[in-house]
Amino acid sequence: MTFAEQLPALAVAVPLGAAPVAALLGRGSLPWALAAVASVASFAVALLLAVAAAGVDAISYDVGGWAAPYGIELRITSFSALLLLIITGASSAVLLGTKASLDAEVARGRRPYFYAAWLLAVGGLSGIVASGDAFNIFVFMEVSSLATYILIAGGSDSRALPAVFKYLVMGTIGATFYLIGVGLIYMMTGTLNLADMEARIGGVADLKPILAAVGFVTLGLALKAGVFPLHVWLPNAYAWSPHAVTAFIAACSTKVSLYVLLRFDFMVFQGSLAEHGVHFSGFLLPLAVLAVLVASATAMSEGHLKRLLAWSSIAQVGYIVLGASLLTEAGLTAGIVHMFNHALAKGALFLAVACLATRFASLALADLAGAARRMPWTMAAFAVGALSLIGIPGTAGFVSKWYLVLAALKTGAAGAALVAVIVISSLMAVWYVWRVVETAWFRVPAAGAGRDEAPLPMLAMLWLAALANVWFGLQPGLPLALSESAATALMRYVQ
Amino acid sequence: MVTTVFGFVLLTLLVVTAVAIVVTPNLFVAVMLISIFSLLMAATFFLLDAADVALTEAAIGAGMSTILFLGALALIGEHEARRRRKPWLPLAVIGLTAFTLIYATFEKPRLGDPSAPVHQHVAPWYLEQTPELMGMSNVVTAVLAGFRAYDTLGEVLVILTAGLGVLLLFAQRPARQAGRVPAFIGLRHHLIPRVVGQLLIPFIVLFGLYLQFHGEYSPGGGFQAGAIIAVGIVLHALLEGEPAGRAILPTRVLVGLMAGGALLFCGVGIAGMLLGGSFLDYAPLAADPVGAQQLGIHLVEVGVGITVTGTLVAAFHAFADRERLR
Amino acid sequence: MRVFGLYNYWVFAVLLMIGLYAIIARGNLVKKLLGLSIFQSAVFLLYISMAKVEGGTAPILRYAGEPELSSNPLPHVLILTAIVVGISTIALGLAIVVRIREEFGTIEEDEIQSKVRDQ
Repeated sequence: MTFAEQLPALAVAVPLGAAPVAALLGRGSLPWALAAVASVASFAVALLLAVAAAGVDAISYDVGGWAAPYGIELRITSFSALLLLIITGASSAVLLGTKASLDAEVARGRRPYFYAAWLLAVGGLSGIVASGDAFNIFVFMEVSSLATYILIAGGSDSRALPAVFKYLVMGTIGATFYLIGVGLIYMMTGTLNLADMEARIGGVADLKPILAAVGFVTLGLALKAGVFPLHVWLPNAYAWSPHAVTAFIAACSTKVSLYVLLRFDFMVFQGSLAEHGVHFSGFLLPLAVLAVLVASATAMSEGHLKRLLAWSSIAQVGYIVLGASLLTEAGLTAGIVHMFNHALAKGALFLAVACLATRFASLALADLAGAARRMPWTMAAFAVGALSLIGIPGTAGFVSKWYLVLAALKTGAAGAALVAVIVISSLMAVWYVWRVVETAWFRVPAAGAGRDEAPLPMLAMLWLAALANVWFGLQPGLPLALSESAATALMRYVQ
Repeated sequence: MVTTVFGFVLLTLLVVTAVAIVVTPNLFVAVMLISIFSLLMAATFFLLDAADVALTEAAIGAGMSTILFLGALALIGEHEARRRRKPWLPLAVIGLTAFTLIYATFEKPRLGDPSAPVHQHVAPWYLEQTPELMGMSNVVTAVLAGFRAYDTLGEVLVILTAGLGVLLLFAQRPARQAGRVPAFIGLRHHLIPRVVGQLLIPFIVLFGLYLQFHGEYSPGGGFQAGAIIAVGIVLHALLEGEPAGRAILPTRVLVGLMAGGALLFCGVGIAGMLLGGSFLDYAPLAADPVGAQQLGIHLVEVGVGITVTGTLVAAFHAFADRERLR
Repeated sequence: MRVFGLYNYWVFAVLLMIGLYAIIARGNLVKKLLGLSIFQSAVFLLYISMAKVEGGTAPILRYAGEPELSSNPLPHVLILTAIVVGISTIALGLAIVVRIREEFGTIEEDEIQSKVRDQ
């Protein structure tokens, strides 16, 4: 096989193969260096895959040389390529940019395990995205989940421990629900391969076990994705984890669960179950609207910067689900491109938080008074990320909101109400972002107003992320092209 | 018919035990009960023809899992505080889920129906092709380490992740230093259990090795072998005391085992790629197709066994070596 | 036989609910993990039950003599994986509980919450 044919396996094998090595490299900087190198290499693989996947329906790869459905198939579509870019891109940016922050937060004795877990998280998430087999997705879901729990608990803040325990329990329930759903489908179709399931489910689609399976798969994945009202694990898990970890997981982990939810649902259920589209929209659309409104409202009154941004993430998951639940090509495109754009915006914002944390002991809004006088460059980049989060024209966030509004308008009378929801929630975002801006620029600092910026590498990476928001706001070609072709491929399954 | 009735009784006992676990206010009792629960579960699996799974459940569920729970209880105490909580929300959630599940049973195929769809499509292919392609009689091993080896790689990485997680969490010493309890010295002063226990260890390890290398022809394989060898090593530490147990296998060696096993597995996968096949393709490893498959399966099973042993022993030591706080 | 034919699946449902109840309704973190363990075991029972073939035997083939009817090996493989995933989760969960006990001095959910709020 040529190198190009091996790419799907390399996307998973590079980070996973490097992980055990990182555990053996001792307490110095070597584990970090290996994690960064492996991460960048995976990013390069993801870029090559994105180019390769753009022109074709799907790239199929038989692991071990056993053809599906007997062996396990990797299946790279433009949707999965987009997700791979998000995962490896976020990981590379955070690792390269925030070494100072990680060094401060992760004790020396923990480093080899921490960076091994980081690589396992990257490899696990990539494994989920690359896989075409329902049970294999479960296995890699567990790899990435356990690794993420470790990353969250890897810092020095003891409040992370109860948060991560809650995440562990809820995450396991979610994964087990998914496993039950897969078991019920396997029971009725005799196969675990997603494409094969689609072909064989037709004959048994309306039997009760399959209907129950739809419920379990959807619920389990919604729990892992933090879809309202199953988001309760999310705010504290984001808030008390090491800042670099927050930037990484906020950019990609919930999106990967949403990816599985959409892919599973469209590929297996939409085409074969009568009325499934109606149930899908009827269940998810109200939850999405509630998520957008309730989470934004909570963020408006939240007093801690990281928790405020975490609540905003729950609202953003709502936007993605909203786009998908319209069940139109335009809606799916908007939802999928928002995965990318939100990863950019939140990645930049949490990188700014990591920079702030190098100089401020507490990230409660009250303690950040006058932060912009002390760290003007950091706060300026924060403002750029915030504009993208709100969806101001010229930033990446605008692109996805614009597509979302267009998609909503196409749905007729109900569309106007949805547009109203989007506008109201954007105004709410203006409000909660303004609270941060107001504190940082217009409040008088408690003491020592002298300039004291974050270390240069962190600042450089932060500005790279902030400028990426502007770049992809003006040149949204690549993510849009991948999203559109992903949406077209998904809609092909709908009856 | 006797089997059916026996199975019926076992299943009922499972429910009774599970209720008792939830109800008892003493966590030590609950842990003993969950060990019994696992043994009952293993017996049920055995009746349902899942010999490999029964062996694993007995070794891991009833054995290692109980040891880890007890290790944790030694550090946190065994009393459960009881408070009045509003049970309405949990009961509503549970009622709804139970309804869905019972509803779903009614169109399921009967237990043991050979014409059920689950026995039609992929499974018969494995049963037919295994002797020809893999040249081994245990189809479970052939699927686990051969046809679906990629899943098994993921599974090895899951257990590696958990082991790294336990080590990472315990790398930080507790903040308050009051009330240290001296390290566990084992059963040194109890002659009879110590001698009998020491006599058992070689047989336990031997049985583990048998499971490791005879897994193609009888129930067994890397997971069961790893768990049983780990139990043998843990027994040594229990008899001789924690410092003696740690002296023979320090943490650095255990981390080496954990990572080494996973690396061996990944390495076999990458070797397949370098030799012109796909990831985890065993065919290019040797000229004879059946021999190549067997070689690949042997190698990855050894990798599995090493990682499982390393992780379970490391997790045990992490709990047993921890200072207890008052 | 109709009753026997679905009894396994009913026990699966009941065990799943008992586990879920312990997770949601109990405030003690170790009890929650025990519940999680029961919850996962229930799913093992679902998979292994569906693999059973009436009159079949364990999927270990004989080279000589009549080929026997075997149970389905694939769910066995999947559950071997799931058992290992289960103990991994429990081990990590227990380590977190021990750390919580060390930091907060309790493993009861409501007491931990009030201590976190005080910080």
